[in-house]
Parts: sequence; C-alpha cells; structure tokens
Amino acid sequence: MTNHVDSVKTYTIIWIILLIGTAVTTVVAHVDLGPFSVVVALAIAACKTLLVALFFMHIRHSSRLTKLVVAGGLLWLGILLLLTMADFVSRGWLRGLRN
Amino acid sequence: MADRAHAETPALRVQFDTAEQQKDASTLGMWIFLITEIMFFGGLFLVYTVYRSIYPGVFAHASSSLNEVIGAINTAVLLCSSFTMVLAVRAAQLGQRKAIVIFLILTLVLGFVFLGVKAYEWNEKFVEHHVPGPTFHFEGLPAGDQGPAQLFFSLYFAMTGLHAFHMVIGAGILMVLIWQAKKGRYSADYMTPVDLGGLYWHFVDIIWIYLFPLLYLIDRHLLK
Repeated sequence: MTNHVDSVKTYTIIWIILLIGTAVTTVVAHVDLGPFSVVVALAIAACKTLLVALFFMHIRHSSRLTKLVVAGGLLWLGILLLLTMADFVSRGWLRGLRN
Repeated sequence: MADRAHAETPALRVQFDTAEQQKDASTLGMWIFLITEIMFFGGLFLVYTVYRSIYPGVFAHASSSLNEVIGAINTAVLLCSSFTMVLAVRAAQLGQRKAIVIFLILTLVLGFVFLGVKAYEWNEKFVEHHVPGPTFHFEGLPAGDQGPAQLFFSLYFAMTGLHAFHMVIGAGILMVLIWQAKKGRYSADYMTPVDLGGLYWHFVDIIWIYLFPLLYLIDRHLLK
C-alpha cells in the first residue's frame, strides 16, 4: 500500500452525501412503500457503508489481500443470515407435507 | 542471534523487510478483527430479523415510540465524528502533529455527545416503563402483544448497548491516541495506531448506520 492521501474536498463530499443519506432514510420511512420500506432503508444503509468503507476506511487504496479478506468476511455474514433465514422460513413447509 | 537487516524503529520492526510490509500486516490484522466484530453483531441482527418477521406489527408499534428526530441527529453526530476522524488520519499521513491532536479531540467530543444523547434516550425508556422486566408496559397494545413488545425493547437495549460499549472503548482508544500524539509519537513515517484507531471508529459508525433505520424507522407510515 502506498501512503495515498485523499484531499479534504473528497472527504467533505463523502461526509455531506452521508448526511443527506441519513435525512433521506428518515423521510422515506414515512412514505408507504409496502414491503419495500425495509428494502429501501437497507439499500441506503448499504450505500452509506460502501462510502465509509471505500473512502474513510481507505479500502480503495488497500492491498488486494485486505480487499479479499473483507469480501470473505461479508460472504460469511451472508451465509449466517441467508442459511438461517432459509431454515426459519421453510420450517412450516415440512409440517404441511406431513399432514 | 541472527544479523539484523536493518535498525529497529516503530515504523519498521526487525521481523519485517519493509515499512510497507509492516503497514499492510497491521491493516490486515485490524480488518480480521473487524470481521470478527461484524460476525458478533451479525448474530444480533439475525435474531432481530427472525423476530421482526414473526411480529412485524408489534415491532412497528414499538419502534414508533422511539424519537426518530433525536435518532437522526445522533446519526449525524456520529457521521461528523467519522469525518473528523478521517481528517485526523489525513493529518497523520501528512505529519501535521498539531492537527492530529485537534481532530482527535473533536472526534472524542462528538463521541461523548453521541453517548450523552444515548443516555438521555435510555433514561426516557425507564421513565416510560419501556425497559423489559416486571414493570414493562407498552400503551395501546393488548396484553398478548406485551411480550413481543418486550422482545423489541430487549433487542433495542442489547444492540444499542453493545454499540455504546464499543463507543466507550473507542473513546478510550482516542484518549490514548491523543496522549501519544501530543508527545509527538506520530509522523508521516509512522502513524499506524491512528490509522487503525480510525478503522475501529468507522466500523462502529457503520454498525449505527444499520441500527438507526432498523430500530427507529420501522414502517413509520403505518402509524400516521
């Protein structure tokens, strides 16, 4: 990793986008989007996370190994959430088959 | 004893070939720690997801009793602290010793503002009897829904509490960094502790980025 220094301007822009994202997520919560409310809320949160990780946490200047480790960690988080929810959601199905 | 290939400095310990290799190793180690933290919080988010899917209505009701304006302001405070933290790291990269201290102190102050607001919010929950336990009572919900409402507030206290605990640790890290920075320990050649402290602080910020919409903003439109 070369010691890459980003400009104050870059950080300021990211910071303002993050604040706007917070305002948007608060306002959007009052709009009736049905089941998509939580999807929109999580999508905004994911965008904010991406900005914080890439710019504030310098992932975009990090070594390939670090990027791989971060991606691998998120993969495991995905396994934790997806497989557990797959089990939880599909439990009732088997009971239906037995009866 | 083996011959040292180079003289030892904080920026280049004997076991590393180059300062860059040492920096990469430190960054990688910090990220692996953060991954374990993500999995730690991930378990709580999973429990939250399961119970919210079982009791969507009660969770929406209970969530609406939280003050979203205070929550949003606190989110902004935390984002501002991340901004000052990244400026502290930048000052360290450039070797601006005074600026490092100033930005770290600003970050610490904003961190305390966040914790102060959080303490105020928790106190309100005690006053409203919204703390899980024998005296718990949530107005406007039938007796059968009091249990699920307690579940929501249990998750609220567990998740915001664990997050606040991380903030307290972060504040401790910041104090050490400020103390060391004042002594002039960090320079453009060696600023790894500031950099890694920054990673931790931003991680705690990211957790809150999810906690805010998931706890404060569940289906607000339903209860207008």
